[in-house]
Parts: sequence; C-alpha cells; structure tokens
Amino acid sequence: MAHRPYGLLAEFEDATALVQAAARAHEAGYKRFDAYSPFPIEELHHAMGSPRSRLPLIVLIGGIAGCLGGFFLQYWAAAIAYPINVGGRPLNSWPAFIPVTFECTILVAALSAVLGMLALNGLPMPYHPVFNVDRFALASRSRFFLCIEARDKKFDLESTREFLQSLGPREVSVVEP
Amino acid sequence: MSDRDAAGGSAEIKAGVEGYTFGSVTDKISSVVLQRRAGLGWYSGFALSFLLTMLLLVSIAYLVVKGIGIWGVNEPVGWAFAITNFVWWIGIGHAGTLISAILLLLRQQWRTSINRFAEAMTLFAVACAGIFPVFHTGRPWLAYWLFPYPNQMGVWPQFRSPLIWDVFAVSTYATVSLLFWFVGLVPDLATLRDRSNSRVGRIVYGLLAMGWRGSARHWHQYDTAYLLLAGLATPLVVSVHTVVSFDFAISILPGWHTTIFPPYFVAGAIYSGFAMVLTLAIPIRAVYGLEDFITSRHLQNMAKVMLCTGLVVAYGYMCEAFIAWYSGDVYEGFVPFNRFTGPYHHYYWALLTCNVVLPQLLWIRRVRVSPAALFVMSLIVNTGMWLERYVIIVTSLHRDFLPSSWGMFAPTFWDLSTFVGTLGLFLALFFLFLRFLPMISIFEVRTMLPAAQVETDWEDVD
Repeated sequence: MAHRPYGLLAEFEDATALVQAAARAHEAGYKRFDAYSPFPIEELHHAMGSPRSRLPLIVLIGGIAGCLGGFFLQYWAAAIAYPINVGGRPLNSWPAFIPVTFECTILVAALSAVLGMLALNGLPMPYHPVFNVDRFALASRSRFFLCIEARDKKFDLESTREFLQSLGPREVSVVEP
Repeated sequence: MSDRDAAGGSAEIKAGVEGYTFGSVTDKISSVVLQRRAGLGWYSGFALSFLLTMLLLVSIAYLVVKGIGIWGVNEPVGWAFAITNFVWWIGIGHAGTLISAILLLLRQQWRTSINRFAEAMTLFAVACAGIFPVFHTGRPWLAYWLFPYPNQMGVWPQFRSPLIWDVFAVSTYATVSLLFWFVGLVPDLATLRDRSNSRVGRIVYGLLAMGWRGSARHWHQYDTAYLLLAGLATPLVVSVHTVVSFDFAISILPGWHTTIFPPYFVAGAIYSGFAMVLTLAIPIRAVYGLEDFITSRHLQNMAKVMLCTGLVVAYGYMCEAFIAWYSGDVYEGFVPFNRFTGPYHHYYWALLTCNVVLPQLLWIRRVRVSPAALFVMSLIVNTGMWLERYVIIVTSLHRDFLPSSWGMFAPTFWDLSTFVGTLGLFLALFFLFLRFLPMISIFEVRTMLPAAQVETDWEDVD
C-alpha cells in the first residue's frame, strides 16, 4: 500500500472555533477524530459526542476492593493469624479496624483513579503522529487543533481537506504516520 | 460582608489576569523554569537550606550510631521534640490538600494560582514529618515492621493501636498527595516539554509528561479523575489529623484523653498550614513578580481562613481547660493548672499570645491588605502552633498521676539540630521545586482567562 497519512490537522485560533468545528465534524458523520486544546473545555466533549467516562465505576470498584481488602486484612491478622487474648475481649474488634479500613479505601480508590485515567487515555505514549506537525507544539500553549484520522471510514484526503477548510482554520496540514 | 467578598473576590482575581493571553500566561510562568537565570537570592537561599539539610543528615547519622539517648527524651517525657515536630509538619501539609481539593469542590476559583505550590508544600512537609516517627522508633532499619507483611516471625501489627492507624493514615496521605500533585502537573510538564530549549529538558519533561497531547478525550477522563481525587482527598485530609489526634486521645493520660482533640487538631492543622502558605507565597510573589496571579485578594482570603481556624483553635483551648475543671477529676484538673503556672508556663502563655491574642489583628483590614504584616503574622502563627504541640506533649507527659514519676524535659543540641535540619530540607526541596517545575498551574490559569469562555449560543447540536 502506498504512503498513507495519519490524518489531517486543522489549527484554530480560539476555543469557540474549535468547539464549533468539532460539532460540525460530528454532525458530518466523522467518528475517528480528536480535538486538542491547551486546557480542558467542557463543551468540547459534548460537541464531539463522546461517551461518558467509565472512570467513576473503576474508582468505585477500587474503593470497594480497598475497603474489603483493608478490613479483612485486619480481621485475618487479629482474629486468625495472630490472635491475642486480652482479658477475653472479642478478637474481631471491628470498631478499632475502621480507621485503617477507611485509609485503605481511599488509597486504592485514588490509585485506581490515577492508573485508570492513564489506562483509559492510553498513557504513557512515547510516540504519537500528531507531534510530527511542528506547529502542534503550540497545542500545549495557546492554539487549538482538530485532527480527522485516516482510519475514519469517511476519510478522503481531498474531501476531508475541503471540509476542514470550510471550518475557517488558520491552516490545514497533513499528519505523517 | 458584601457580595464581592462573598464570591471570594473572584472578579478582582480575574481582573489580575485580564491583560494576559494564553501565550503570555504560559511564557510568564514557564520562564521562571526555562529562561530566567537563578539570581543571587536563589543561590544563597538554596545554599543555606542545603547546609541545614546536611546538618539534618549529620544529626540522623549520629542518632543511628548512638541511639535516641542523644535527644533529651527520657522517662516520663518519651515523645517530646520528635512527635512535636511530626505533628507540626503534618499539620502544615494539610493546607495544601485543603486548597487543592476542598476549595476545588467548593468552586473557589482563587485557589487556581496557589494550589500547585501549596501541594508541593504538602509533599515536602509530609516528607519532613515522616522522618521523626521513623527515627524515634530507635531502630529505623526495622521501620518496615510497621507494615503488615508475611514474615518468618509469624507476627502481625496490632491493628487496634492508634500508632498503626497513624502509619496507614500518613502513608496514604503521602501517596495520595503525590498522585494529586503529579496528575495536576502532567499538562504543564507537556508545556515545558514543548517549550524547553535544552535537549535534557525536552527528554526529562517529555518522560514525565508521558506523551500528554491535550486531546479532548483525554481531558475529559483527566477532569473526571482530578475531581474524583479531590473528592477522595477531602475526607482523607480530615481523617489524617483526626488519626494523629487519636495517638493522644485514645490514651488515658490526663490532658490527652479528650474528645475535643480530633476537630481541634484538624482546625489547628489548617491554621498552621495556611500560615505556611503565606510564609512562602509572600516572598515568592515579590521575587518572581507574580502579583498578577497571587493577588492581594488571595492573601486576604488566606488571612480570613487563618482568622476563622484560629478561633476554632481558641475554642479548643477553652473547651480543654473547661472540661478538665468540670470533670471534677483531680488529675485532669491539675493539667491546665500545671500549664498556667507550672514549669512550662512560659511556653503556654507564649502559645496563647501567638495563636489567640495576636491573630485577632487580622480583623483589621489594614493588616489583611499588607503583605509585610501578613508575613509577620504567618511566622507568629507557625511559632504558636509549634508551641501548642510542644505544650500538649510535654506538659501532659511530665507530670501525670504519680508525683514520684514526675520529670522534666529539656532539648539537647541534637533535638534542635534535627528540627532545624528538617526546616532546611523543606526549604531546599522548595527552592529546587521553584527552579524545575512551574510553581503555578499554567493550564488552570488559562481556564481563568476571558478567552477561555466558549460562546454557546450556536449550540443545538444534539
């Protein structure tokens, strides 16, 4: 197969233009595209029609696992593996286990929030084609980008370029793979 | 209180960044790391704090060789400086989490320009705090025994002990603070990666940024993660100082065995933490010319938080003394009497002066708008909070039930050198942080600019 680009990258000057462009691309039926901005834009996510994040569920599961793991660690240590009889007091003294259970809940939930976020985002990712466009360095400073990827079914180098041009970008460039 | 005050003065804070664009905000904050040469002030400050860090290492090395007898600890005062310093440092850390997590959930936008270095302060303070209990164990090379792990001795930690709760609370706190700080840094590390002129800078910041490219899909997960972390850190920060106060309150020692301890410790932690944020912020904004980002309104808001938590702490002192008297218990009643008039009464009255009397000046607007006055006030509160922990620990321990077991504590050179050494370590880490990482969250300041507002009148897509 001949040389095939990763996609087409359009550069915009302000946030509103990017949100509009993303909404237009979504309306036009493009699926495989992404918007890049130097700060989070809530409206952008809606405009792109992306699904809701699954992260809260991951964190909930992490928190429950931490809670149960933390409690049963203590139960097992205090009641089974190393029971200490102090004047006949109950070995499963659960009120005394609450602080550590709580800390374990928070610890595992927080770890799943961060690791889950990285996993869902596919990070760390040392190489990505969009960085081949020199001006993309400005995506972490002041500029806004929309990239329609070649793997999209509707992607066609000429018609997609025309579509992007119609959105009023500063420039459109080809992204090398 | 006017409407403007009620909104945390957000209009005034936004006005500070009015003249900036996405580009100039980025340049201004990142230039401290990327372009600006470190001045004489930075070098001399770093040199001094590095020297003190070396003093810390010498003190610790000597401690490991000789044992904790080199400190002034004895029977009955077994905790003294080490635990005073531990509680003081942990408390200082709490303001960082409060600013980054609780104020985020409360949508206090003014937190944006101070959260990064307040979180750095938290991390470094927790690092300093952790040193004390570990070396106070006397056999720091066996500190890992505190964690539950299968071992050939067949023993497990005593999970009914508040000291084990403390191990879990503080290590969870350190981990979550690090995660929160690092997650907040990732987009800014990407900015530094893209803007660094040196190859080393590009590689190091590039590795740390993990390939962050500002994708909208990533931002969405990122915002969710950040909000969830804030939600998790909020109960955590309250739990940490509560557990620290349990170290005292669960015991049966007069002066420690009180239920007011958890809320009053948490308030005290926030009190001292905000004082430390002011101690750091006031010189930094002057030296690096960041008055547009850390405005007078920020300083005033922090002063108000200090005033409020200071009053809670004052209530704690009152309640402590009242309940001791009201209990009718002779040993409990003796504790406040001994604090007011006993051998450590100078410390007690100094603590009340620093924590309760002088901070009332913060009611006066002229004091709140003067950075110099606030700086002095922050040092006073830091001193007062250190004295508070010293008084709680030493005066309760040195005279308990049996007069035959009473004693006195006096710090030795090594007590002082270890404490001063951790101050050096804290400042040295902070100086390095200022040079190598953006001290203000760049991407969050970008969201405060007027240009970040998306016009949504066209939006009827769904």
